[in-house]
Amino acid sequence: MKKFLSIALALVLMAGVFAACGDKPESGGTTDPTPPASSSAAGDTIKIAIIGCHTGEYAQYGLGVKNGATLYIDQLNASGGINGKQVEIVAYDNKADNQEAINAFNRAVDQDGITALIGDVLTGNTIAVGGEAYKINMPMITASATAEAVTYDAETDTVYANIFRTCFIDPFQGEKMANYASEKLGAKTAAIIYETGNDYSVGVKDAFIATCSALGIEIVSEEGYATGDVDFKSQLTTIASKNPDVVFCPNYYEDDGLIVTQAREVGVDAVFMGADGMSGVSGYASAADAEGTLYCSGYAPGSTDAVKAFEAAYTEKYSAETLNMFAATAYDAAMVLCNALQVAEEAGLTAGTDEYKQAVIDAIRDKSGELECITSNGYTFDAHNNPVKDACIMKVVEGTETFVENY
Amino acid sequence: MKRNQMLIPMPLRYLINAVLFAAFLWIMNSLITGGAISRYHSGIISSIGISIILAVSLNMATGYLGQLPLGHAGFMALGAYTSALIMKSAAAAKGLESALGASYAAYFFPAALVAGGLAAALFALLIGMPALRLRGDYLAILTLGFGEIIRVVLLNIDNVLGFKLTNGAAGLQKIPTTTTFLFTFIFVGITCFVIHTMMKSRHGRAILSIRENEIAAESCGISTTYYKTLGFVVSAFFAGIAGGLYAGNVGILNPSSFGFMKSIEILVMVVLGGMGSMLGSVLSASVLTALPELLRSFAENRMVVYSLVLVIVMIFKPTGLMGTYDFSLNGLLDKLILKLKGGNARFQKGGPDE
Amino acid sequence: MSLVISQLINGLQSGSIYALVALGYSMVYGIIMLLNFAHGDIIMVGAYAAWFVMVRLSLNPVLAIILAILACTVLGVVIEKVAYTPLRSSPRLSLLITAIGISFLLENLAQRVFGAGAQKVPALISGPAIEIGGQRFSFIAMVTIVVSVVSMALLTFLVRKTKMGKAMRAVSEDMGTAQLMGINVNLTISFTFAVGSALAGIGSILYSCAYPQASPTMGAMLGLKAFVAAVLGGIGSIPGAMLGGFCIGLAEAIVSAVGLSVWKDGVVFAILIVVLVVKPTGILGRAIREKV
Repeated sequence: MKKFLSIALALVLMAGVFAACGDKPESGGTTDPTPPASSSAAGDTIKIAIIGCHTGEYAQYGLGVKNGATLYIDQLNASGGINGKQVEIVAYDNKADNQEAINAFNRAVDQDGITALIGDVLTGNTIAVGGEAYKINMPMITASATAEAVTYDAETDTVYANIFRTCFIDPFQGEKMANYASEKLGAKTAAIIYETGNDYSVGVKDAFIATCSALGIEIVSEEGYATGDVDFKSQLTTIASKNPDVVFCPNYYEDDGLIVTQAREVGVDAVFMGADGMSGVSGYASAADAEGTLYCSGYAPGSTDAVKAFEAAYTEKYSAETLNMFAATAYDAAMVLCNALQVAEEAGLTAGTDEYKQAVIDAIRDKSGELECITSNGYTFDAHNNPVKDACIMKVVEGTETFVENY
Repeated sequence: MKRNQMLIPMPLRYLINAVLFAAFLWIMNSLITGGAISRYHSGIISSIGISIILAVSLNMATGYLGQLPLGHAGFMALGAYTSALIMKSAAAAKGLESALGASYAAYFFPAALVAGGLAAALFALLIGMPALRLRGDYLAILTLGFGEIIRVVLLNIDNVLGFKLTNGAAGLQKIPTTTTFLFTFIFVGITCFVIHTMMKSRHGRAILSIRENEIAAESCGISTTYYKTLGFVVSAFFAGIAGGLYAGNVGILNPSSFGFMKSIEILVMVVLGGMGSMLGSVLSASVLTALPELLRSFAENRMVVYSLVLVIVMIFKPTGLMGTYDFSLNGLLDKLILKLKGGNARFQKGGPDE
Repeated sequence: MSLVISQLINGLQSGSIYALVALGYSMVYGIIMLLNFAHGDIIMVGAYAAWFVMVRLSLNPVLAIILAILACTVLGVVIEKVAYTPLRSSPRLSLLITAIGISFLLENLAQRVFGAGAQKVPALISGPAIEIGGQRFSFIAMVTIVVSVVSMALLTFLVRKTKMGKAMRAVSEDMGTAQLMGINVNLTISFTFAVGSALAGIGSILYSCAYPQASPTMGAMLGLKAFVAAVLGGIGSIPGAMLGGFCIGLAEAIVSAVGLSVWKDGVVFAILIVVLVVKPTGILGRAIREKV
């Protein structure tokens, strides 16, 4: 009986494999020869993909991007789409895995016949997808991948001309905060505590140190911690003994909350500074501990009417939990991309052709300056396809994160 | 009844399997190069191949040897980084491409993969010699610790003596994507063949005896430490090769891809398929790799399902779905020939032979 | 000098939590030879329970502490009954894989239910820092160290002086013989799990006070390090678990203090490897001969 059962189960497993295999030639056959042709033949929709991590540890970033971009595209479609064509979204979850990200991208290209991509979300995934997208010159705009290497390969001095972003790069934030510390806070000494297993933290930290040494701020202590650590007291005790003017912690907000709390416990009374990952820190540290903490952000909640309108529309449709900076930059990314698609459509090009892709890429680069975006007054891109825009300085005042100034 | 009677001579048995496998490779490869299978699907097929190598190699240590190494992803990482560094430096040496043509990858990639496998095997030897003298749970926790150490080391040896190595948390980027269907499945074939023949040999029987009863095996004069180390090292070698293929498939390596979670995923494949069944490992690796792609809703709950599967399989069928059953094409042919020759009588239960 | 003392206190504080968790590992391993991987995740459940009671139900901290410890205790017993009892006569490998499965099940369920991000646990205990001779001692650090030492003393009393403790020692010595002597083996094993899990519950409260966040994977690394502590001290030995916990905590603090914090996890596992190779029985453990 047991044997029979196991044979039956094995057959089910096998059936699974054959179902998987059987799926392949079929769908491959229909889409493969000229994949985008089928979508352009339909003529009335433009397909774009949104790929990111919608589940797992970093889901709030991926969902923010997905919702932010979807919000804009829904608004656009409601007002008539692009030259009468509706924009259709295919959204794939990559589970924060590089292999899954590439699979999702290939699927979007081969099976769905997309014309452009919004994504990916995490830096590593974006580099993985970017490598594939560069091969076929697919227009791609990320709202959240902040590493320099996404658009520019320093080793071979190659700019990936097809990849853009609407967020800052890591070094930019480190430079800004070092300048701010020197100019506005008059800091002479700084200590750093950062997550070594996180390329974002490392990237911001390196730029901060480089700028500090140029400005004459002395780095009295540079402490690292491993991903998943919760006890920072040993490092902070060392920092406390050096008595720095500012403590720079370019990490994610949950860790920063613990750091601020424990720092006060061991007697660090310096001002804490961070980068955009610190947004949300007030929920993880008491108002007294976090008072005066400064960070830079790509987006200042509630600062302008456009931003308020965006926030109202977003919270009406999605949960406020995912309304983060990347939701705002994704909204902008969708705006920049759709504007470029419109340029290509108006030029009468056929979707999926090389000229079409190139036209979209050129339009993103050259024709985004006049757009009324919510995190920047239009977008202009530098030689490495990074946006040129100001940072918003945010400060924790009595437990709420408030906008101070553009810097 | 002589169940194990081999009517087909050994060389012919190997030949039949080799021919069939080559035919499979040729058909699939021409489908892919011909464009009948899209890049998306061939990408998934390559992932399946990599999973198969990982599962079959872990099965060597878990199913046959009866140990529970929890650092398989660590060995995979070692192989991945080693071969990725070799391929990157080969790609950087511009002269090679002009000397060997655009297909220089075809020369270097197998060598890089083997180097990755050897690196993993070497570390397995270093860790195995002390660790394998310990009992099961200690070994499990030790390999787990070792896997974590590999991850920490890869994260922190960004820059050693002026050599740029792993590029730390940002990950090793722009690795030449040289993994193709053909490379992957040739190595799948090699892995299965080597492990299969090894298990059919004297060494294999020694390894199985350790699984059944270590003390009894030792008292029969089998050097348990030697055979445990052997099984462990072979297992790590193929994990390293799978790592190299993974590197060539993805093009970017982060230490965080090789955490404890990855080791568990491989373990689930082995446990579900049946500890000690190569066929089981192959099947469950294929299904568990393809399923999240096919069923997007399954992908969300994947980890919950995996952990439930581990518990439920262990409680209700601790040997896994396939148990220790292994499929043999030639065995089937043998039976068929017997049937044709001698009629059904010999196979009926309670027949005169039995 | 005050810097050195501060660092030692830091080490002792995290070491106390490791010690409490290590006690649970040690007891379970001692009685059914199982490395209970899910033990670390019980702490995670305790932290979420405290968070749930205080934030969602808005009850007071004392109730949160009691309910969290209760939740851990019940969970520990349920896991033992559902997952480990059916496998008591199976190979050790199956039991170990089941334990890993349970651990992952708890982590992933927590992730599905509470989300992947961390939840802030409000302050359960608070008090002023104590100053002795110019040296600041954080209140929570003091409470953590005192509570764990008291717990260990109570546990020693339980195991050495009570009837149940005698039964536990008997079962861990020889399960079959203990049964013949009229000891209710199933009850004894369940009791062991209950005590171990209750200690984990206390650990989760102290942990939530020191690091006020609950996240799905918080128990994994904590559990592993506590296991290392149990092995270092000698598995099956109560003072050993305590000693091992303090050693690991201090080692981590020292490594971080000298600026090598990124290698902290590596150092902990390196300690494990060295101990297993040099003295597999740990500092205070005794060798168990395997029967043929």
